[in-house]
Amino acid sequence: MTPAARSSVPKPTRVQLFVTCLVDRLFPDTGFSVATVLERLGLEVVCPPLQTCCGQPAFNAGFLDDARALARHTIDVLAAAPDPVVMPSGSCGDMVIHRYASLLADDPAYAERARDLAARTYEFTRFLVDVMGVTDVGATSDARLTYHACCHGLRGLGVDHQPRELLAQVKGADVVPLEEADVCCGFGGLFAVKMADISSAMLTRKLDCIERTGADTVVVTDVSCAMHMNGGLHRRGCPIRVRHIADVLAGSEAKR
Amino acid sequence: MNAAPASFYRRTADALADARLRGAVGRVTASVRRSRQAALDRLPDADAWRDHARQLRAHTIAHLDRYLDEFAAAIEARGGHVFYAPTAEDAIAYVTSLVRSRNLKTAVKSKSMISEEIDLNARLEAAGVRVVETDLGEYVVQLADDHPSHIVMPIIHKTRGEIADLFRAKAGATDADLTDVASMTQFARRTLRPEFLRADLGVSGVNFGVASTGTLCVCTNEGNGRLVTTLPRVHVAMMGIERLVPTPEDLTVMLQILGRSATGQNLTVYTNLINGPRPADETDGPSELHVVLVDNGRSRVLGSELAEILYCIRCGACLNACPVYQEIGGHAYGSVYPGPFGSVLTPALRGLETFHDLPHASSLCGACREACPVRIDIPRMLLALRADDAKAHHAPWWIATGLRVYRWVATSPRRFQTAGRLTAKLMRTTSRDGWIRWLPPPLSGWTSTRDFPVMAVESFQERWARRTKPPEQNPS
Repeated sequence: MTPAARSSVPKPTRVQLFVTCLVDRLFPDTGFSVATVLERLGLEVVCPPLQTCCGQPAFNAGFLDDARALARHTIDVLAAAPDPVVMPSGSCGDMVIHRYASLLADDPAYAERARDLAARTYEFTRFLVDVMGVTDVGATSDARLTYHACCHGLRGLGVDHQPRELLAQVKGADVVPLEEADVCCGFGGLFAVKMADISSAMLTRKLDCIERTGADTVVVTDVSCAMHMNGGLHRRGCPIRVRHIADVLAGSEAKR
Repeated sequence: MNAAPASFYRRTADALADARLRGAVGRVTASVRRSRQAALDRLPDADAWRDHARQLRAHTIAHLDRYLDEFAAAIEARGGHVFYAPTAEDAIAYVTSLVRSRNLKTAVKSKSMISEEIDLNARLEAAGVRVVETDLGEYVVQLADDHPSHIVMPIIHKTRGEIADLFRAKAGATDADLTDVASMTQFARRTLRPEFLRADLGVSGVNFGVASTGTLCVCTNEGNGRLVTTLPRVHVAMMGIERLVPTPEDLTVMLQILGRSATGQNLTVYTNLINGPRPADETDGPSELHVVLVDNGRSRVLGSELAEILYCIRCGACLNACPVYQEIGGHAYGSVYPGPFGSVLTPALRGLETFHDLPHASSLCGACREACPVRIDIPRMLLALRADDAKAHHAPWWIATGLRVYRWVATSPRRFQTAGRLTAKLMRTTSRDGWIRWLPPPLSGWTSTRDFPVMAVESFQERWARRTKPPEQNPS
């Protein structure tokens, strides 16, 4: 998006934060990092209290009725207010933006609301750069960073230049390239358990690339991929850590 | 296609344990990915060409009945024969009856995936025909009594050394024939040349059939396709019913992207356009041309939610792009059609009963959709097949039960938070330094190579509620 196009988008003053189930219970600090960055831009952050899970695990496993139940719940939670919805995940974002409407196409009570929600749901970095028109969020870091492009954000939502632009503006940080940055880490949700051997082989390839960068921190836009890669790095005894971009941009030291 | 696979998991384990296989597949796919990108970068407005090609494929598939009629009429008008084969058996019966009635003894073949699909070679041999594969890769596959593991590069899984050993053991090659790739290729060329001259039947595949003219387009890099389709007195062209384009102009669009996507070439070295058998006033070409249109399940896919897979032009770009294919190679898929498109096409044609693992053999990363020259949404169809698979109760019990419980938990915020807190506490009893190193089956696959982080006893939402509301009690 050009700077002119960015500035022509009316900027919201309040957002709804959908933290995602993984952030909620596994990486709560990341949720606060997201809120910190958004608040730094002067936005009021509301976190609708009844949110749980977008339903993607069931959807990707082919259990559409279970996925629909969770999609309806999420729509009920997020459609109560008209504000844009921000998610620190390209994966859950892709689910809400690209899957809800077809999943609920035959449900007269939800089809229209699913489309409405999709139209105002944003992955976190896309929201910062494409909607708010900001790449410098006042972050500082003395880390040596590299960037891995998470698949669903990259190929589902076009999330790639936004996080890279945001990282380029982090003062004091050294950003180094990651070989095969756009190749899947092998997570894939249940795939990592059901097809654990293939998933592990993909992870090995990814971690080898990471170890060759000389970076101390790998930045991603999905905590699910971070959880997967960190689990492998920790098992290897490698000190490199994968962090959600919000944790870097908030300048806060998250635990994982 | 070949016999039903015994176990996807066993074949995958074998492939993952084969360092030489993974090395070969990894090296070659990486090289072809670079060539493909360079070839698309050389083409001005490559994305627009791809969009146009997709529209052409979508249009053709939507009107396939009409274009098949037009195609068949055009071939027959030029003296060719057309046979529509509803099943693999019908196709085989037609070809074997042809070889009997024409007393054909030796067949040379250029590369044809559809003949692999229906296992034509074995059936021709059973009918007393000697069959010689003349594509270099397929020749190696035949000598090794193997199967192709890639639709464009059949022997991507073999190293030069393995092929040298094979030529020595099975084809009488000497050390002088095997000094380098060039000498090995020359050896194959010398060995195959007399076969072309001797053969009375040529069997080819078809990359595209042009409906308006009845033209068969055969793309090869070795020139063997040209010899196969001109020297023997009978030419049998095998094609899937979906491989049509409406007009010669449309063919040029497909040719712009086929070579680039497959091998990174602007065009394949040979692009043969065959317009029927030899006319009376010409000296070259077969006296008979038979075009066998193989359905074998395709018309069932038309009009289904999987119809988009019939847009496929068999370039193999999705295989080269797929991180799963790169790890396990083609044989692990247990089908003539491996990789991402095969994980849709194989169950679409042959059913989920035998091939229900294939749609799950993907992390849904989307690299296939990105690489596909006609932008086939393979992940969407993998998901559709997973849904069919779940309905057919093929899913493991723990996934079906687990997701049912998860739904019950996650549709109630209170249950969701309570379950999270209890799980976090349970995890803490078995974790060390915030990590779990062992999980019981069926989750043990995760901890075979990865640690798992423990959950937070206090969730983000619980902490957020404390932040935004005045605390009722002092934390800690």
